[in-house]
Amino acid sequence: MFAILQYSFIQNAFLAGTCVAAVAAIAGYFMIVRGLTFAGHALPNIGFAGAAGAVLLGIDPVIGMYVFTIGAGISIGLLGKEVNERDTTIGIIMTFALGLGILFLSLYFGYAERVYSILFGQILGISQLDVLITGISSLLTFGIFLTLFRPLLFSSFEPEVAEARGVPVYLLAMIFLILIAITVSLSVQVVGALLVFTLLVGPAATASRIVQRPLWAIVIAILLGVSYTWLGIFFAANSNWPVSFYIATLSFGIYLPVRLLSPLWIGRRARRIAIARQHSAMSPGSVDDQQQSNAMPATGREHDSAR
Amino acid sequence: MLELLQQDFVQNAFMVGTIVAIVTSVMGYFVVLRAQAFAGEALADIGFAGATGAAVLGISSLLGMVFLTLLAALGMGALGERIRGRDVEIGMVLSFALGLGVLFLSIYAQFGTNASEGVGILFGSILSVTRSDVLITLFCGIGTLLVLGFLFRPLLFASVDPEVAQTRGVPVRLLSIVFLMLLGITTAETVLVVGVLLVLALLIAPAATAIHLARRPLTSITLAVALGLLFTWGGLILAFVGTGRHLPVSFYITTLAALSYFISIPLGRLRTPRHYRDLPHPTREHIAVKSR
Repeated sequence: MFAILQYSFIQNAFLAGTCVAAVAAIAGYFMIVRGLTFAGHALPNIGFAGAAGAVLLGIDPVIGMYVFTIGAGISIGLLGKEVNERDTTIGIIMTFALGLGILFLSLYFGYAERVYSILFGQILGISQLDVLITGISSLLTFGIFLTLFRPLLFSSFEPEVAEARGVPVYLLAMIFLILIAITVSLSVQVVGALLVFTLLVGPAATASRIVQRPLWAIVIAILLGVSYTWLGIFFAANSNWPVSFYIATLSFGIYLPVRLLSPLWIGRRARRIAIARQHSAMSPGSVDDQQQSNAMPATGREHDSAR
Repeated sequence: MLELLQQDFVQNAFMVGTIVAIVTSVMGYFVVLRAQAFAGEALADIGFAGATGAAVLGISSLLGMVFLTLLAALGMGALGERIRGRDVEIGMVLSFALGLGVLFLSIYAQFGTNASEGVGILFGSILSVTRSDVLITLFCGIGTLLVLGFLFRPLLFASVDPEVAQTRGVPVRLLSIVFLMLLGITTAETVLVVGVLLVLALLIAPAATAIHLARRPLTSITLAVALGLLFTWGGLILAFVGTGRHLPVSFYITTLAALSYFISIPLGRLRTPRHYRDLPHPTREHIAVKSR
């Protein structure tokens, strides 16, 4: 059963899967905070159209994917801020891109096989070179996320306050969507366009239900994402069923009980925080502290305890 | 062109396209109003699991889709509150359903049948619709429209202003569940025409365009139906008439839909915003708004 680990294609899969899962988890956390989950579903499908176009032109599908996802990311960033309107527009951009995708496919004669690998993932067929490229791009993306961590967190939770404090909110939103586009293109190789959502939002959704501090939530999300991927690859290598099915099932199977049970601890903690807020509001001279904790809940509390 | 119309599969395609375009446009108006585009997308993807599951079991894919989407709609409705702001939960269910769909598809493919069935479900295969599919679609469509007509006023009220509707005694929660079930049936039918991945094009594009261009609910809905028919018929005719290689119907439909939506955005901005008009108010003193 563990003998399969000696095959080089399984090792490649594990390496690429680990990199992608870690980056996707951190990106997914910010997507949930910023209410961009629908974009997390739409971007991979848009990337699929790009890949189909690239196949038609005879170039590497990954390049087409990058072009389409980054382009769509920028246009979603340029759209209005109203969530309702944004969802409609994202939906229509997505279907338009998919329509283009089916057009490219019908023009291309070598029909089903390559389409399937883009839609459903091809991690067990990944090459050494792919692993290298995936590893480097994941490291870069991860590094940018870490560098931008605090301003990004600030502008995601409290965009107005962040803007007033001089954080370049708009620029950050743009950079963020481009990072998402890169992450999506990376993840498509592992789970396929249809199921990028499971790696992107699944671990982060579960983690943010377990703990509330952003940093802890991200750490747990990365751990969850990496373990889903490992288990998924391990099960798939030992059976006939696809990797993406295992990852999706694990992701949902862990999320469901956490989601259903989370009111038990989240409600209690929220009450405790509310009581603490009331106390600090009653004592004079703590107005500054309160503003801090309003702006950034987690760091605000750190600030309090440091005094 | 006219000779083509005498062929069975062309007639079926036009009939199904017409029924689906009318029903989705009316439903789409409420979907846009209630900001449930993501729920519509999710129901379509759940339909994918239903269709592939039905293929494995060897039963009609339409039945499989209707069954699973109805089940999912009940579940979503039972989640309570409104679907607005429940994107993460919807997304998780959606990705699980897609995972199941991928599994069924791979099992189905292992039986030796070719994979084009899967592509047909994902991207639509309106030209392979059978007469019995047309009949099922017709009955479901008439049923959906009847229920919608019956619920029209309370549903509109609950969609525009749920809090006020609740205090006036409108059963908002029940309406939400019924609406989601209707949406489930509608998406299952739409999958026949444009496929799982492109349902949103027929579901929200006509209605979103119409809402940009017209303000009164009934005018918007009429306009949405007209647009929906235009996209579907336009897509079918272009696909048949198109010279050279025959390009897929779904491509034409989505392109027409996206074009009209993006044209309607600047057109909608040209009109005077609503709050500049003098509106009499029954309980307050009449104040003419002179902001310019």
